[in-house]
Amino acid sequence: MITVLALVGNPNCGKTTMFNSLTGSDQYVGNWPGVTVAKKGGMLLNHPDCEVVDLPGIYSLSPYTLEEVVTRDFLVNEHPSVIINIVDASNLERNLYLTTQLLELEIPVVLALNMMDVVNSNGDEIDIARLAKELNCKVVPIAAINGSGVDELIKLAVEVAKEKVSNQALPIFNDTEEIAVRGIERLLPDRESTQLKRWLAIKIFERDPKVFEQIKISSNLLARMDALRNGCEKAEEDDAESIVINARYRYITSTLRDCIKKKLRTWELSVSDKIDNIVTNRVLALPIFFIIMWAVYYIAIQTLGSMSVESMQAVFGFISEQLTNLMVIGGVSLTIQSLIVDGVIGGVGAVLGFVPQITILFLFLSFLEDCGYMSRAAFIMDRAFRQFGLSGKSFIPMLVGTGCSVPGIMATRTIENEKDRRLTIMLTPFIPCSAKMPVFVLFAASLFPKHSWVGPSMYFWGIIMVVVSGMLLKRTSPFAGEPAPFVMEMPAYHMPGSRTVLKHTWEQVKSFILKAGTIVFAASVLVWFLQSFNTSLVLVEPTKSMLADIGHFLAPVFLPQGFGNWQAAFAAITGFLAKEAIVSTFAILAGSGDGAGSKADLVLTLQTIFTPASAYAFMIFTLLAAPCCAAVGAIRSEMGSWKWTLFAVGYQTGLAYLLAAIIYQVGSRL
Amino acid sequence: MRNLKEVAVGQTVTVVKIEVTGAIKRRIMDMGITKGTTVFVRKIAPLGDPIELKVRDYELFLRKEDAEKILVE
Repeated sequence: MITVLALVGNPNCGKTTMFNSLTGSDQYVGNWPGVTVAKKGGMLLNHPDCEVVDLPGIYSLSPYTLEEVVTRDFLVNEHPSVIINIVDASNLERNLYLTTQLLELEIPVVLALNMMDVVNSNGDEIDIARLAKELNCKVVPIAAINGSGVDELIKLAVEVAKEKVSNQALPIFNDTEEIAVRGIERLLPDRESTQLKRWLAIKIFERDPKVFEQIKISSNLLARMDALRNGCEKAEEDDAESIVINARYRYITSTLRDCIKKKLRTWELSVSDKIDNIVTNRVLALPIFFIIMWAVYYIAIQTLGSMSVESMQAVFGFISEQLTNLMVIGGVSLTIQSLIVDGVIGGVGAVLGFVPQITILFLFLSFLEDCGYMSRAAFIMDRAFRQFGLSGKSFIPMLVGTGCSVPGIMATRTIENEKDRRLTIMLTPFIPCSAKMPVFVLFAASLFPKHSWVGPSMYFWGIIMVVVSGMLLKRTSPFAGEPAPFVMEMPAYHMPGSRTVLKHTWEQVKSFILKAGTIVFAASVLVWFLQSFNTSLVLVEPTKSMLADIGHFLAPVFLPQGFGNWQAAFAAITGFLAKEAIVSTFAILAGSGDGAGSKADLVLTLQTIFTPASAYAFMIFTLLAAPCCAAVGAIRSEMGSWKWTLFAVGYQTGLAYLLAAIIYQVGSRL
Repeated sequence: MRNLKEVAVGQTVTVVKIEVTGAIKRRIMDMGITKGTTVFVRKIAPLGDPIELKVRDYELFLRKEDAEKILVE
């Protein structure tokens, strides 16, 4: 039988570092069924019969946040062999709060005291033997960062798992509370489960909604339980949920008084405090924030990022060329040639072309996240962004989105709140990405040669639509409802380990290739197919292809926007593949795909197809409508559901359709 | 008695009552802001909100709209 070790602990307690060193490279990362919370697991190094599961970082087993519910369900339903509770020893009080809850689950618990080095350098002393005795569980000091103590911890955890002796719930309650909880425990019918009775009793006492959904208790018994709870609430003049929380902290405070000797604090600031006094300073915070953001943007998107994209394009261009030559020599049919070069390599190129850029970007983001700056960013920007329903961390995805929506959408992972995250994912594609720029430049140059404001005005529309949509959507049912709590920890700064940062980056890149990649690839091949064949499946010019037929069919739809012609509809569809493809599509349609003087032809064609008003409407449509398939793939992978993906794309396209129509109708009458 | 939003930066106060409900109340209390806890108001964000606190030997921040519902003395 496989021994399952579950890693549980607060965020920022060193859990991820620990997980990486326990499992080495042998890991899997996925999502929990139905939700986007990451599920990580792997086999324990040198222990082929032990699996390690890394549960989301949480502060409590409350029934309110996704991470907490996922952790709870896993522990209660899957019943792992042992819980390794990683605890930040420099912040025992809050960390042990979760421990008191874990000890009620009838699963053996081993406590790993991490960051003892910080405790020692602070001059504090923890009586570990005493702590172990008080909590009645095994306690091991470790330093996850350099791996000391980890071997001993694992040995102990495996031993404890084999013994199968679970820990006792801690005596957190006073007499009044204990009588009520024990009374509820006795009333619980045996068929509910002989296990976890104490846990269930506490949950019923604190009116946990999730537990009430699951258990079936007669109304008669429920009324008797209510009476017990009410009596206790009346005696303590507080609600049951608060009574339990207070009891836990009361117990921890009194226990720690005996186990920890704190050196008297001189009012000397720690290094982290000193850094913070500058970084979140009233005057300097915003400039520093913008400089950091600009640096990330400049390196990951502009210089190194765009260089990497160009070199990937060159690599794929070279491969296509060589393959074409080979196939010509080998006498391969034109259809197969086109399939391989334009369909397959084009598709693979569209996926892999982004990989170096995403890697660079995520290296930066992982570093900022792991060193503790991201929570400062949320602290600094929260006020500005929550006016329109977004989070303090929404700035980063939007900024990255000016380069490319794909990494922008993926950068939303640092946003804790699910609603804020979804909204940011939906709105990030409104920011004009670098692929939309060639389209705007071409249209501005062709139809508005004397109006230099036309190109840049797209940024204005993008930002306005983010703000307006945020304020509107915040009031709709998927995003409204009870405001989510915004209480965040500000962890002390620390230098992240390079291993952790690299691992973090690799996980994100891998998930992009796997999840977004399949959609991009499928869409590339599909558009290639539609663009290369007619309905009798004969290889034809794009102007006579199925896609042209679809363009003819769809054209009337765009009459209100003033571009109800098949060429524009055709271009909008190829734009789904990649926005910059709109430019090359018009070039092909102008019959100037390959040849000198094509630019003039292209301009002339655009001038015959569009009026200034319909051209501006087309630019707006390109800006806002469903992003390219790579971005849709990223939306799908980050939303974790097709329903949300369709909602996002539907909203974007609907808004684009509406605004383009208004612009044309108003513009053509001016 | 006043609420936490009104406390000046640099002052230390004791929590008397938390007048929020549901998920927000649970979260605030889970993070260690319970009745009788000492809270040190450390900083206000550059844009005037949220506020940074020191509670139980660590730092956290919350929005003024939530701080307003935490009574202290």
